[in-house]
Amino acid sequence: MELIEEHGDLVYRYLRVAVGADDAEDCLQETLLSALRAYPRLTDDRNLRGWLLTIAKRKVHDEHRARRRRPTPSERLPEAASDPPTEAEDGLWRAVRELPPKQREAVVYRFVCDLPHREIGELMGSTESAARRNVHEGLRALREVW
Amino acid sequence: MRDLERTLRGGGGMPPGAVERLADRAWDEVDGVVAYAGVDSPLGRLVVAATRRGIVRLAYPGEVDVVEELADRLTPRILEAPAKLDEARRELEDYFEGRRDAFDLSLDLSLVRGEFTRKVLRATSRIPFGRTLTYTQVALKAGSPRGSRAAGNALGSNPIPIVVPCHRVIHASGGLGGYTGGLDRKEFLLRLEGVLGERGYPSGRPT
Repeated sequence: MELIEEHGDLVYRYLRVAVGADDAEDCLQETLLSALRAYPRLTDDRNLRGWLLTIAKRKVHDEHRARRRRPTPSERLPEAASDPPTEAEDGLWRAVRELPPKQREAVVYRFVCDLPHREIGELMGSTESAARRNVHEGLRALREVW
Repeated sequence: MRDLERTLRGGGGMPPGAVERLADRAWDEVDGVVAYAGVDSPLGRLVVAATRRGIVRLAYPGEVDVVEELADRLTPRILEAPAKLDEARRELEDYFEGRRDAFDLSLDLSLVRGEFTRKVLRATSRIPFGRTLTYTQVALKAGSPRGSRAAGNALGSNPIPIVVPCHRVIHASGGLGGYTGGLDRKEFLLRLEGVLGERGYPSGRPT
């Protein structure tokens, strides 16, 4: 179905960065199952992609909450890529995770999900220019450490 | 200098098997999901679709865009899930290879509109392998003594050809009548079932 064929990869890439490769597929499944359940009620299908990413973001929150509740948190940071990442890439994803939240979100939407600034603005509940600024500042911060 | 943007873009996508695992879970956990798969046959690549209740659609290649049709008429929750159609695939293969003369598949007649059509298709389902009824006989069984034309229309809307064997309904004259999948296919199926000999029709020519 269009939902999965067209947007599954993008949502997965987003989740891989947000929760790490170990939990990305679980979150992907939960995201797509929620989407499937709600699908017939979705009347505006012009922005299926944005809608899916909004659900995905909610699942990421759920996942992070669940992790905080786990009695023994895992020592290891989740890997950021499904292929064994090179050390350099690993460092980059760590740096991405350490960005201020808005910059991190904007950078992920811009490069990992390849979204236009206008759509990033909508997803983040702000404007196109704010999105552009966050992407720009996020990139500059990454260049300093990577 | 390392290319920051390119590394961020990374690429890649869902891990192998993710779509199949999703289809499995959706089938069990989400109501109203339709699973479909392509099934190779001597009549081309069929598309077979099922709900949890049973087979809901079988389409010949080129007939319609099945996914679009299902989305319009049934639900947008449609997944390609070949595993859910394993039994249908097996039975169809057996049928085409002459190892099976009846299908043990449950049917979902959700795409059938109207009580008369439903009755016509039920009556048609009971015609055994290798036998035929005329349009008039089927209409009669569906409770409409003069409705041979209506029965023809009902059969023309059969959403599950082959499994609901509308190819077993022909004209009283021996002519084959019509077939949504094309008369060649009707002829092929009747020949497969031994109704038609190698040389052609039991009697008369198609009208």
